[in-house]
Parts: sequence; C-alpha cells; structure tokens
Amino acid sequence: MESESGSGSGSGDKPSDGTDDFETLISTTDVELLRRAWRNEKAAPEILRFETHLIDRVTGQLQLMEETVDDFVESGIDPLTVSLYQMDLDRTQFLLRSYLRIRIQKIEKFMFHILKKNELHDRLSKQERNFTRRYSEVIGKHLEESVLLNLPDNYQSLLRQSTTSEEDDMVAEPQMDTFVVCKAREYVGPSELQDSNKSLTTDLLMEMEPGELFFIPFKRIKKLLENGKVDLV
Amino acid sequence: MAVQPEPDYSLFTAQEIEFVAEDELIEIVPNMRMDPLNLICGDFGPFLPQIAARVPLWLAVALKKRGKCTIRPPEWMSVEKLTRVLEAERDSEREFQSLPFHYVEISRLLFDHARDDIPDIYMVRSLIEDIRDVRFHKVQSSLETFDGRTSAVQIKSLSAMEVNIVRPFVARALQSFHKLDSLLPDTDSMPNNQPQEADKAAKGRRVLRGR
Repeated sequence: MESESGSGSGSGDKPSDGTDDFETLISTTDVELLRRAWRNEKAAPEILRFETHLIDRVTGQLQLMEETVDDFVESGIDPLTVSLYQMDLDRTQFLLRSYLRIRIQKIEKFMFHILKKNELHDRLSKQERNFTRRYSEVIGKHLEESVLLNLPDNYQSLLRQSTTSEEDDMVAEPQMDTFVVCKAREYVGPSELQDSNKSLTTDLLMEMEPGELFFIPFKRIKKLLENGKVDLV
Repeated sequence: MAVQPEPDYSLFTAQEIEFVAEDELIEIVPNMRMDPLNLICGDFGPFLPQIAARVPLWLAVALKKRGKCTIRPPEWMSVEKLTRVLEAERDSEREFQSLPFHYVEISRLLFDHARDDIPDIYMVRSLIEDIRDVRFHKVQSSLETFDGRTSAVQIKSLSAMEVNIVRPFVARALQSFHKLDSLLPDTDSMPNNQPQEADKAAKGRRVLRGR
C-alpha cells in the first residue's frame, strides 16, 4: 500500500500547447517552473524574458514559508519537521537567488547592448532596468574620467573605437551562435529549425523527438525556447 | 593587485547538477509517523510506519540521516539490470543505453547515505563505475568524428553529469569549427586546435573560458 506521491502546491501556468499528456494535466509547481527558468537562463548566451509573475508568486510563497517556520519554532513543533521545512525553503531561495544573479551578470556584461536593443530591454524587470540605467551611467562616467578623456580626440567615444568606426563596435554583444545543449519537450520538425537568416548554406534537415538531447547553435532554437518547446540543459 | 575572477555563472558546477538531481522522486519506508509536509515544492505524506512513500531525494537523504526511514533503491539499480546495461553498452559502439538522466548523482547520493539499503552494494557500485567508463570512452571517441560540416550533434540518452563534463569542450570545439568553416567556405578546414582540445578533454574537465 503506498501513500500518494507529492502533488503541486503552487498554481503554475499550465503549458498551453494543447497536448493532453498526463503530465500537462497535473499543474507544474512553481518550484519546477523556477528551476526550468533558472536552467534556461544559465545556459542561454543572451538574457531571456524575466518571469515576472512566477517570481512574484515564488517570493510570496517564500515569505509565507518563512513566517510559517518562525511560527513552528515558537510553537515548539518537533525540530525534525522544522529543519525539513527550512531545507525546502533554503533550496527554493537558492534557485531564486541564482536566477537573479545570473541575470545581473548578463546585464553587467552586455549592458550597452541591452540599452540599445529594445527587444532585450523589454525583457528586464523594473528593478533590472533601474539597475542597468544607473550602472551604465556610473561605469560610463568612470571610464570617461579615468581613460577616455585622456585619449586623443577621435578616440573618446564610449561605444566606438574611434569616430571613424561605422557602428558601435566597442559594445559587447552576446554570441548567438554559441552551442547549447537542448532537450525537446515535444516533437520539433525540421522546418522549425531553419534559421531566419537565410544566409546559411546548409539548412538543418533534422527533427527532434521529445526527450532527445542535442548540441545546437543557440540562434536556431531561440524561437522554440520562447514557445516552450525546448528546454536548455 | 590581482582581483579574483568572478565565477562564470553560465556554467553548471557539479554541485548544481546534484542539486537538480535531488529533486527526483524516490521511495522510502518510514519507521515513524509524521504529519503531511506542505512544502513549497509540493505536498508529501502523511508518513506512516512501514508504508512506502515517494519523496524527493533530498528529503529522503535528510530523513535517512536522522534514522527515520530506509530508502528503497530504484529499480534500475539492481545487479541484473545493471549487468545487462553494461553488456549492452559494451556491445554497441555508438549507442548509449537509456539510463535515468541523473543516474550518476542518484547512485552517488545513495552510496553515501544509504549503504545498508542497497543489496550487493559493492557489485552495484563497481557496475556503475564500469558503465560510466564505457560511456565516457564512447563519448570521447565520437568526439573525433566532428568536422566542419557538423551543425548540430544529437546526443540521445546521455546523462546529466556526462553532458556537463563535455559541454564546455564541445561547445567551444563546435563553435571553432563553425567559425573556421564559415571563414573558408571552399577549403577543407581542418582546424589545428583539435588535438590540443582533445588532450584537454582527456585530462578531465577544463573550463574553456569564452573571450
């Protein structure tokens, strides 16, 4: 006789792709969604969309859990249970912090690029946008005062090598053709793996069965990642 | 005035892989009674003595450490099953047998914390180590088949730890291939950084930092 296995306590978003698997009928917990977002963010070379609702829910749950644990400690519930709750709390906090930390690291690396591209700028949360703005101002000012103003006139721009450059070539850009490991969550046909930039001489005639792992350039699966059809590992 | 380089958060450490593996469900047999746990990651319990329950691995290990339960090894961890997997691995040159994604981490955690719950633990442990060796050799030899035309690599049934070990090397190698191939579209580009990178892989994991 077995007791029931764990069921989700959070109300995660159900994947909206219409497959009626047993898996999609159980709502995924917020922790699982957070874990997935964390993994994707870690593996992707550019910054992904900020999961505002998920993070809000998780932060709320964490606060609630902290209060619960405090209550438990006061009311003298057995220390084993308290320590288990605390462990779960710590684990979720780790995921959240690591997620935010990776994003900040990416922002710091690609700051000016993010400020230039609206598409990327939209992916940040409100606090991240504040951070980006202030950080870029501070860094810009620091670099100007300590280095740029001491260089000859034509080389004083923050974003360009010299005034003769045609574009902002001093801006670091994420490498979109980095190879990443991805796992398909559902069947992906060859047409979906075409790069929108048709300059590729070899079109990728490949299909992905659910659950298979692939090393593949990031730009090919960027769209699929946003649709939730693949996961990065 | 050297500053410690900031850890590159885009690479998974082994501990982080283990962290992910610890959320896998496993069966335990508690020897005490406990109320249901309403954790953030799910609801588990109630726990009754001698009645099996499925909990995440981290929870099982925590309970086991305090002597509150015994852990039932997962069914793929039997001597017969593993012997069969090992033979199949040795027989097929290219294919990897399908093992649970986190088999390395799960078996490691169980060996460390639940020795008495695993029958024939020495046999099981040596089988798993052999399987790891054979698989890793296969990975290494299939790495030699990369060339400039490789635009994607399918790696069915590789496990999480194995993926993590080869990931930095393969990503960089494929990218170099790609770049060199796109620079010289007509010649047969044989990048000469391949032997060095293969050595690095043979020496074990070396993180190849991107520019």
